Amino acid sequence: MNSSPEKVLERVGKITRRVDGTALAKGKPVFADDIHLPEMLHLKILRSPHAHARIREIRTEKALKISGVVLILTHKDFPVHYFTTAGQGYPEPSPRDIRILDETVRYVGDRVVVVAAETLAAAEAGLAAIEVDYDILPANFDPEKAQEGNPVLHPETGKIDIHDAAHNVASQLEASLGDIQQGFEESEWVFEGRYSTPYAQQAHIEPHITLTWMDADERLVIRTSTQVPFHVRRIVAEVLDYPMRNIRVIKPRVGGAFGGKQEILNEELCAAVTLRTGRPARLEFTRAEELYAARSRHPQIVLFKIGVNADYTLNAIDMDILENCGAYGPHALTVMSVTAQKALTLYRSPHVHVRGQAVYTNLSVAGAYRGYGAPQGFFALESIMDEIAHALTIDPIEFRHKNYVTTGEDVPIAKILGEGREGFPVVIESTGMRECLEEGKKLIDWELLRTAEKSGPERRGVGVACAAQGSGIAGIDMGAVFIKMNEDASFNLLLGATDLGTGSDTALAQIAAEVLEVPVENILVYSSDTDMTPFDTGAYASSTTYISGGAVKKAAEKLKARILEQGLILLKEESGRIDNGLVLGSNGGRISYQEICTRSFYTENQTQLMATASHMSYDSPPPFNATFADVTVDVETGLVRVNKIVSVTDAGQVINPHMAAGQVEGAIPQSLGMALSEFMIFDDTGTPVNTSFRDYHIFTAIDMPEIVTRFIHTHEPTGPFGAKAVAEIPINGPAVAVTNAIFNACGVRIRNLPVTPDKILLKFTEPDL
Amino acid sequence: MRVAFQLNGKPVETEVEPGMNVLEFLRSLGVFSVKHGCDHGECGSCTVLVDDKPQNACLMLMGTLDGERIETLEGLNARRRMELMQAAFLDEGAIQCGYCTPAMLLALESLLRANPKPDEAAIREVFSGIYCRCTGYVKPMVAAKKVALGEVDG
Repeated sequence: MNSSPEKVLERVGKITRRVDGTALAKGKPVFADDIHLPEMLHLKILRSPHAHARIREIRTEKALKISGVVLILTHKDFPVHYFTTAGQGYPEPSPRDIRILDETVRYVGDRVVVVAAETLAAAEAGLAAIEVDYDILPANFDPEKAQEGNPVLHPETGKIDIHDAAHNVASQLEASLGDIQQGFEESEWVFEGRYSTPYAQQAHIEPHITLTWMDADERLVIRTSTQVPFHVRRIVAEVLDYPMRNIRVIKPRVGGAFGGKQEILNEELCAAVTLRTGRPARLEFTRAEELYAARSRHPQIVLFKIGVNADYTLNAIDMDILENCGAYGPHALTVMSVTAQKALTLYRSPHVHVRGQAVYTNLSVAGAYRGYGAPQGFFALESIMDEIAHALTIDPIEFRHKNYVTTGEDVPIAKILGEGREGFPVVIESTGMRECLEEGKKLIDWELLRTAEKSGPERRGVGVACAAQGSGIAGIDMGAVFIKMNEDASFNLLLGATDLGTGSDTALAQIAAEVLEVPVENILVYSSDTDMTPFDTGAYASSTTYISGGAVKKAAEKLKARILEQGLILLKEESGRIDNGLVLGSNGGRISYQEICTRSFYTENQTQLMATASHMSYDSPPPFNATFADVTVDVETGLVRVNKIVSVTDAGQVINPHMAAGQVEGAIPQSLGMALSEFMIFDDTGTPVNTSFRDYHIFTAIDMPEIVTRFIHTHEPTGPFGAKAVAEIPINGPAVAVTNAIFNACGVRIRNLPVTPDKILLKFTEPDL
Repeated sequence: MRVAFQLNGKPVETEVEPGMNVLEFLRSLGVFSVKHGCDHGECGSCTVLVDDKPQNACLMLMGTLDGERIETLEGLNARRRMELMQAAFLDEGAIQCGYCTPAMLLALESLLRANPKPDEAAIREVFSGIYCRCTGYVKPMVAAKKVALGEVDG
């Protein structure tokens, strides 16, 4: 563990009320949909009932005669232009394979027509009156058959960056370290396993919602629930061929996102209607649309082959990823890169080989979802690690102690892989992995549960999983900040960073307050408005605290230096220092922030004290986590009850203990959902079956096990005040900790999520030992 | 049709389409604390109190409102107990995105009206009607227990 060389922190690391909390607690109108616009049009999307079809004809005459229907847009209203809905850095690493509206539909739920009407009811009536003739095309729902090219989903010329369209390969990656064959030959033991994870949904409670209007200066305003306001502005400008300078994107409070809103899914349609009609427009997804026509977690099949030395260290890791991106490829390459990069960062191995292919199928489209490929990779990795430990009769924790990377170690494969393109050297500067495991082991009562008698109908077991993630995307993510001083020693902090409910506005205010030595209440945060705040790549890849926080720290330090300089001028002293909101001159003069700012505005050496800073990092230090699950398996019914989850995280210096713990506590049920209750079902025509919360079950208050979260303090030298990321890391472990615990409880190894009673019962008769 | 009901203590009489749902109606009045989440009475974001009991506004048709007493957070924000609950939620970090917070507070208010000293199971039960995707219900439970035990400093 690393010790902190910094001074005692007074604002960072302290429990602080959210800066936006009071408005939220009082239910104030702070979300995208909480305004009324005059003459607003309501939009509805007609979606394809077919998994693959060519549109022969769309008849809109009847719909246009319905009272209140104002405008109907089809593919004929938009020029052929391919883009990606992924809100990523530019140029995007995702294939450009989608149109706003297309004449071919590629999954059940693909967009066909947009209706704008005076009321929602009129828009729905319009939708019902539209007639579409389709020529049905063959469809494929099996990612393992996608490369047969029957059918080819994207044969069109003009699509860009599809790796191999004829074989439905959206993206591919391959990387090597050492000599994998030699690695296996040298190994004492070699193990193999195949693991899979299903489609899972972000299920943010606020649906995708966008409102657009023309302001008094005839500029297009987009008020939208998004993680990526600057990418929204860029992509809307591009796809509608509308001047970027005439677009303003406002991100109000966001009602959860988890990656689902790192996507341009309705902004461009709303904007198109507003630009054509001059009227405000509103488009909100229904829950059904959220579940099958928004984005989801990529299902993956991951094969591992691992060579182990006689001393239980790993000698060779071969990883093969088959990723199902659904009908289009937003995030296809980068999610798969993260699957590989994060999993292969955790344990050292001299010989590594990884190959990944992301393929198109005629199913719902996957995208970004918290963890961004890492949960799939760690499900596989931590399953096989558990299997190896069992086979070699070594304690799973001891096995991991022998293998994870430690401080000072180079992780060459991480550099080779990068994220979407070759990355930067990765050296571990801080890790609390050992302490995470040891602390969690005590909190879960590892020895007792592990060795307890496993008999009778109800069997209790314990499992563990380790994980790593990153802190932003090295060499790509950039955040910028503007900070200015007011006469009462308050500071306006204007950020491109996007608080989605994570509390980043508060964490960033704490960082500014710490530097400037003022109470957090003195920092007035305004974030994510493309007219008012500097650029930020957006809230994804666990980047905000680390990257945007780095920008805040720099800007606040610059401003602090300016305050000192100005204070000394006003004091007519040569040198001095700042102490808690005062400039103290070496000769005994003292002047408050308030007086410095007031005199600077009105009377002496007049200036606005302000500063800007940008931050980008070639480092992306991994946070580490150990998650433990205590489960009871009823071997007569196949039901699994999770009794307790212990999650211990090394996120470097925690900025806000409540909010950091909240990230962990929220991630756990999302991962437990992927393990136990959340998965999408499609029938044999590719039609989604579970399109409501009744059938797609996310954890409720009564489903929750006991949750214990702890943090191991480390100091990350490259992070603001020693911080690393925390938002994604805790979602990687719970699902596989549960399946490992199931194995410990009853000897059934679940290699394909979700865990369902039939798998337990079926396998219980033929234990896969 | 014409319906007359009480909204946050004030009488409302209005001509409505009987099939309009109460969520849509309330939001059209600017009662924005009542949220849309799922359309089918599953997520509970649109919770309102009807005669002290939590109900999903998205499942209630305007035609059924006649004579009822409806409350939303807008009508309760100035009440002492609500302020204490809000303080507990803020102090315990029980709010993340805040989208489901009004519904959680109303559900808890309803429980406390019927049972001023609810135990953990009763709180969990009433929260089970409100989906939260951010908190895992951990800190909302802590905050609610603090309220139930009278441990909130207002």
